[in-house]
Amino acid sequence: MLTCKDFLRQVSEFLDGTCDQAMKRDLEKHVNECPNCWVVFDTTKKTLKVFKGMEPKELPSAIRDRLMNALTKKMAAKKCERSHQDSHEHSEAATS
Amino acid sequence: MPEPAPFDEAALVARARSGDDSAFGDLVNHYERRIFRLAKNITQNDEDAEDVLQESFMKAYGHLDTFHGNSKFYTWLVRIAVNEALMKLRKRKTDKTVSLDEQLDTGEDTLVREIAVWDDNPEQLYSQDEIREILDKAVASLEPIYSSVFQLRDVEELSTEETAEALNISVPAVKSRLLRARLQLREKLTRFFQRKGDDVFAYL
Repeated sequence: MLTCKDFLRQVSEFLDGTCDQAMKRDLEKHVNECPNCWVVFDTTKKTLKVFKGMEPKELPSAIRDRLMNALTKKMAAKKCERSHQDSHEHSEAATS
Repeated sequence: MPEPAPFDEAALVARARSGDDSAFGDLVNHYERRIFRLAKNITQNDEDAEDVLQESFMKAYGHLDTFHGNSKFYTWLVRIAVNEALMKLRKRKTDKTVSLDEQLDTGEDTLVREIAVWDDNPEQLYSQDEIREILDKAVASLEPIYSSVFQLRDVEELSTEETAEALNISVPAVKSRLLRARLQLREKLTRFFQRKGDDVFAYL
């Protein structure tokens, strides 16, 4: 016999459908017989439903601008580094 | 208006790795809001979250050549962001090491205090802005070890394994934290979503 505590420990896996068949049967039996656990089960299911796929908010534009500025600088620095390397390689090739 | 091109993470990463900065820009555009949300949930303030956001993308850009595509780019990015966010927390609490791996589970059972039936479509009780506010606040009030797991698994729908990899914790830790996160959120949302006029005691 499952206790309510057992049920609570398994409710997450029960909702995800990841528990084994025997456990699933026991959980189903319990949730149909125990009104309190049914409420917990149903409201947890609804919790997942409201959150699922919730899009994140837009970034505040100031934060986005600063991010883009920092990245643009970093990209430019990398380009510069690369072209230095290239010209260094060229000059090495020229001298060898 | 032309349809925007479908987002193809692997193709963008390949182009970015070969030096195409606009492809990296597209990856930033796609993930910046999610990384900011995660950083904010962990650091719990805008300023630190902004630093984490910047540092994460700078590091990802600088270390693109070390990303070998064994995992998804997003999982790799989250890992960088979580490390940056934890460093922020460590700086704040110098006396204490902080990790998402620390065992905060006390062995105490998941508490359930609120037993009240909810409306069938509780989200329809509020405007979209109100709902967002309610949900954001509820997640923000969780401990970072719970909010990060919840965000990745239940909001962004990563698999248990991907979540474990991104947060650098074990699969059983993902599962036990997810259970606690879900039950805590259920508890917090009951106040907003319970069916009005119900006699709570009728269910006890």
